[in-house]
This record gives sequence, C-alpha cells and structure tokens, in this order.
Amino acid sequence: MPVPEQNEFFIDPNRCIGCQACVQACSECETHKGYSMIHLDFVDREHSVQTAPVVCLHCDSPTCAEVCPADAIKKTADGVVQSARKPRCIACNNCVLACPFGVPKMNTDFKLMMKCDMCYDRTSEGLKPMCATVCPSQALFFGTREQIELIRPRSTPTNEFRFGGQTITTKVNMMLPKTGKAEYLDVTQAMGQGASGKTISLNIMDSMYDEGPEQ
Amino acid sequence: MKGERDQLTIAPDGAPLEDQPKWRQDFPIDWPQDHYVSRRDFTKFMVLTSLAFTVGQFWIVVQNYLRARRGQLPLLKIADVHQVSVGNAFAFAYPEPHDSCLLLRTGEESFIAFSQKCTHLSCAVVPQPDKGRFYCPCHVGSFDLTTGAPTAGPPRRPLPRITLEVRSGAVYATGVELRMV
Repeated sequence: MPVPEQNEFFIDPNRCIGCQACVQACSECETHKGYSMIHLDFVDREHSVQTAPVVCLHCDSPTCAEVCPADAIKKTADGVVQSARKPRCIACNNCVLACPFGVPKMNTDFKLMMKCDMCYDRTSEGLKPMCATVCPSQALFFGTREQIELIRPRSTPTNEFRFGGQTITTKVNMMLPKTGKAEYLDVTQAMGQGASGKTISLNIMDSMYDEGPEQ
Repeated sequence: MKGERDQLTIAPDGAPLEDQPKWRQDFPIDWPQDHYVSRRDFTKFMVLTSLAFTVGQFWIVVQNYLRARRGQLPLLKIADVHQVSVGNAFAFAYPEPHDSCLLLRTGEESFIAFSQKCTHLSCAVVPQPDKGRFYCPCHVGSFDLTTGAPTAGPPRRPLPRITLEVRSGAVYATGVELRMV
C-alpha cells in the first residue's frame, strides 16, 4: 500500500526545541532498534541553542541513488527513497558524501548505509512517522496541507532547494515564512569564513537582532 | 496518471529516458522498474542458461573422448627389486617428471605405490613405516601406509594409487588410480 497522497511531511526548524524526542522515537523502531536515523543538528552551537531536525527529504531525483555504484538505493513509486538494500550495499560511503542534506548514515559495524525512509512501514499503513508522532512542537509534522495551513498560517511550505547550479525538488516540505523571500547562500564561497559574527536572519527576526548588542 | 512501469526519477541532466545511456535503463532507481522483468529479458535468460548447460554437456563428451584418445599411461620402470629393501620407500616420478610418487616394499614379494601429493593442499607426504602411515607435515595429516586412505588431519580423499607390475626382477608403473573414497 503506498503512502496516502494527501499526507505530506513538513519540517519547521524554527519550532525545534532540541528535546531529542524524535531521536529517541526513531531509535525505538523495530527495523533499526537502537540506531536513530534522524539528525538533530545544532545550527551554531557557540552562539545559539537553535537546533534543526533533519530527516530525509526524499528528493525527486535522489543524488544518493545516482551515485550508488551497487544499485542499492531505491525509490518506491510513491516517492519515498528507501534505506540501502542490505544484500547490495558495499559500504562505500558515496551516498554519505553526495547527499546535499547529509542524511545517509554509514554504519561501519554492519557495513551498511542506513537512512531515514519516512518510516515506510508506518506511513504506508496510513500512520505517521515516529518522529512526527512524538514531536511536541510540530517542528516535524506529518499531515495534509490543509492541516499545516491551519496551524501555521504565517508559513508556507516549499520543496525546492538550490545547490550551486542544481535545483532539487523534494517530497518533504520545509516551512518558510510567507513574508520572507528565498535566500541563496553560496556555501562554498562562505566556507573560508568563520560562522561567528555573521547573522543570517530572515526578515521577521531582523528587529530582534537590531536591538541586540553588536558583537 | 503515470503507469506502474514508467520511470518517475528524472536523470540529473533532465533529458528524457530515451536519450539516457543504456545503463540507466538497466539500473533504474525506481523500485517498480527495478523489480520488473520483461518477458524478453526472461526469455533471454532462459535461452542463454540452457545454452550454457548444453555447451557444458558437449564439453564433458569432448573431454571423455580426448581422455580415451590419450590412451593408457606409459609403462615405466621404477627400480629393480633388489634396489628396495623390505619396509623401505623409494621415490620416483610418474607419469610426468613432476608427479612425485613413493614406492614401498611391504613384503618380500609385495610392492605398493602412491602419489606423494597430499589430497588436502598438495604438500609432499613423508612415509613413516614404523608408525604405519604417510605423514603430511603441512597440516598434520596422515594416510594409511597400506591403503593410502586418510586417517587423520584435514585430508578427506585417499592418495592416488599407482598400479604396479613386477616383471623379471624389476618394478614397473602401469597407471594411476584416482580414488574418491
């Protein structure tokens, strides 16, 4: 049974409180017990407590699968990119390096890449993924577009990401403020610069930063 | 609505499937295409597999024919009877110069010969008549001195026996008897 089409995944990193509930819930899953497939990233740990949950965004043209030399990463007809097929995966790490979102995890103990598959065992049965079930602030939300519009009237979902010359569209949506405009950051150019002293903010937050002390 | 067998994933260059290299069709990213086996592919697999089996059968026939044509192994004089004393061993090579074998005189009139190659990993076995065995020092294997059957260690097959013939005071090798048990 495919994942119901009206059900979509929405990530709202703004609302993440870093409680690790999603990490714990993910590692509770029977298919990969003890190993969490979710990344709870600290955005800039030195200066902020802000965290951002990263689940697989399930690209329409998955780079991890494109670079897999062993033909181990497959996408189902409903657009969910699955974890590596165990008999095929050769633990070469290509997908780990290639994924622009840094999603695949290499488990060297099993010599197997494991990644978020949107809890396919649950979502294909009409249930929510583990992380979205437990998230107390709905930073991870699984439901219909009508529902997300109702609870986040000031945000709009987007599923388009630009990396260099490549534009990636995904199955999972990221929530952005309606008033904001799409920013393009040249990550490679900014790599040489340190993170400190740079505030990359969306314009709804500008007033807060203006009032704060200058570093 | 896209069909079950249509590719959903678009290649990074955005070109349609027809313009993509053949490997992209052979190794699709989409699960339904990966699982799908066309009737033509299945038939191709069946035909090629049965062809391989048929060729294999002919190969066996040809090998049998060639073996028959090679005929009997040559008769080779190993040693004169008086050269080997009772209970001693004599090394020789048969049928090729590198196939070392051992001739044993077990009694006044009884001779027996085995290949020296251990049936485990082809080390040279050492005769130990006092212990009644051929001993392989590589992995501590041993074979019975009178039958060549494995008695201890990793070897599972007996040593090949060299058939002998005693003619007018000399011992001749007449053939090699490969045995499985």
